[in-house]
Amino acid sequence: MELVQMQKSLQDYTKSLFLDGVLDSQFLQLQQLQDESNPDFVSQVVTLFFQDSDRILNDLSLSLDQQVVDFKKVDPHVHQLKGSSSSIGAQRVKNACVVFRSFCEQQNVEGCHRCLQQVKKEYYLVKNRLETLFKLEQQIVASGGMIPAMELGF
Amino acid sequence: MDKGFSPVGLRVLVVDDDPTWLKILEKMLKKCSYEVTTCGLAREALRLLRERKDGYDIVISDVNMPDMDGFKLLEHVGLELDLPVIMMSVDGETKRVMKGVQHGACDYLLKPIRMKELKIIWQHVLRKKLQEVRDIEGCYEGGADWFTRNDEAHLLGGGGEDVSFGRKRKEFDFEKKLLLQDESDPSSSSSKKARVVWSFELHQKFVNAVNQIGCDHSKYVGTLQFLSISLPLSCLLHGSGVLCLAEAGPKKILDLMNVPWLTRENVASHLQKYRLYLSRLEKGKELKCYSGGVKNMDLPPKGSEFSSVHQSPGKNSYAFSGGSSDPKQLASSSVSDPSSDVHMPPKAKKTRVEFDPPISSSCAFDSLLSWSDVPDPLESKPQILYGSSFLQQQPLPSQSPYVANSAPTLMEQEMKPSYETSVNADEFLMPQDKNSTVILQDLDLSAPSAISSINVTNDTESILRSLSWELPESHHSGFIDTDLDFSWLQNEHFLANTGVQNFQLQDYSCSPSLLSELPPHLWFGNEPDEYTLMVDHGLFIS
Repeated sequence: MELVQMQKSLQDYTKSLFLDGVLDSQFLQLQQLQDESNPDFVSQVVTLFFQDSDRILNDLSLSLDQQVVDFKKVDPHVHQLKGSSSSIGAQRVKNACVVFRSFCEQQNVEGCHRCLQQVKKEYYLVKNRLETLFKLEQQIVASGGMIPAMELGF
Repeated sequence: MDKGFSPVGLRVLVVDDDPTWLKILEKMLKKCSYEVTTCGLAREALRLLRERKDGYDIVISDVNMPDMDGFKLLEHVGLELDLPVIMMSVDGETKRVMKGVQHGACDYLLKPIRMKELKIIWQHVLRKKLQEVRDIEGCYEGGADWFTRNDEAHLLGGGGEDVSFGRKRKEFDFEKKLLLQDESDPSSSSSKKARVVWSFELHQKFVNAVNQIGCDHSKYVGTLQFLSISLPLSCLLHGSGVLCLAEAGPKKILDLMNVPWLTRENVASHLQKYRLYLSRLEKGKELKCYSGGVKNMDLPPKGSEFSSVHQSPGKNSYAFSGGSSDPKQLASSSVSDPSSDVHMPPKAKKTRVEFDPPISSSCAFDSLLSWSDVPDPLESKPQILYGSSFLQQQPLPSQSPYVANSAPTLMEQEMKPSYETSVNADEFLMPQDKNSTVILQDLDLSAPSAISSINVTNDTESILRSLSWELPESHHSGFIDTDLDFSWLQNEHFLANTGVQNFQLQDYSCSPSLLSELPPHLWFGNEPDEYTLMVDHGLFIS
């Protein structure tokens, strides 16, 4: 695949993530923070996010699986995840967390379980998409090209 | 310091348990040319802060952290170190934000945080510095505020930006509203203990009790007389005002106040606050004198005795009299006297002198003010002689070139409200947060008689009443000390410290004419019994 084509693909792909609401402008902010002194900044941050979120989701699952659900424990986890997801612009994950929290407030176990599923779904989705995105970037770089700057006009 | 305040290299400490955010914030702050330290745990952050007390300019902290509530960290930082603290959260609920403000946060940012928000955090640092100057200057009324404005403009790089004073007032009003709201909302209390509302009446009782105790200590008059011999006349103008509360601990004050529901702890923390308030006034005065902006400090020739040392914006140029024009001399002499340091407060930093590292000459103030074991806001922070600094600066009628600027028609009463509110907001409601203050530009100190009037006016009273802030008791548990050594001031009389052999005077250089105008009988303490409330506690509200 030609370099130019790859770059175009990357741009389109990235754009689709925004249009689908998977990512929001915070992701763009991250991209803008990346510079020569830190060329892998975005992927480093995203990796951190994945690691942290895996941990949080694990804790969440555990606390919801208890005989008696302690919402005082569940809510902070959700809050954490909400904060984390906002850091990279994982919009859908964040929104799912918002819904999750309201069910926690209502102490609705059933609702919380459903929310957890939703959150997981969104999380794996964004994880997947971002991994694809990074792969595309790597291909471009491997071909000697530059990652095109994201157009903000969409 | 008069090269101007620069945000570059601002030392920021970021505290967040979220590793992703920590990394992002670090990058963002570095892009702002700040010097960044990151920390994933609140306790660790506190440790870092305590280790290097002057090592950071500002703290940014997340609200939700596993090991310690962000608000708690905020309290600690504010109380111990008096650094500006910015809170962050992904949660922007009004209640949360309010809590942040109440705990003294100077800002509350919502995640995701934008670069533009971080680019301007330096303003909080600057504002705090200026606020401290202004607090003190507030006493001076008159020339003080426009001095500050000049200074501020100067600090901002040549008067370019207009530090929006109006905006500050709005901020304060907003804050006040929040606080008043909180008063009526018991559930939002951040403290488990009942809050004490230091209303005007209560404070009046407090001050009366303090005064009463002071009057019993006639022995201090003797000391004063001793001092008057050994010290330049500028030092000791008045003896009856010498009130040293060496023995007046909170317990005694409490007993005298005779308020059944009040606890010793309440009184102690109030005392603490008051002391800090006074010290801040004093410090501001010093800073004002020394900072390069002392443009209108036009010392009359009589000032030769009171060698003002503010010739340069240099750090140690506090205006000290005492017959020595060498600040270092003063400083060293004070330092060399261990006994006078008996009341040198420990160095628990509550506030910071933002302009420079501890100024050596200010050691003189420490000895001067002998506040026994009250934690010292800064090692160099003089604990005030409230009235003295305030009143010294009072030009006697028609005397001081100092207040040339003030509109003579403005009366103190009018001005009081704005000042008081600023003091309130600054000092007693949220000692940590000094940003939301009203600009003192309205203050006119050209009516020295008004200022020197000890009696709180009706206007003042009503203002005080309206500003009966609640103080969370939990703030001060760590800082309650039993023995406080006040030196109270009486109008136009400068009060010397008790155990001071190397008594250092403050700032007479600023208005030496003041001294010359005072009737001789007021010097050297002839009326130990006569003791009225000298402190214009209208300026003090808690």
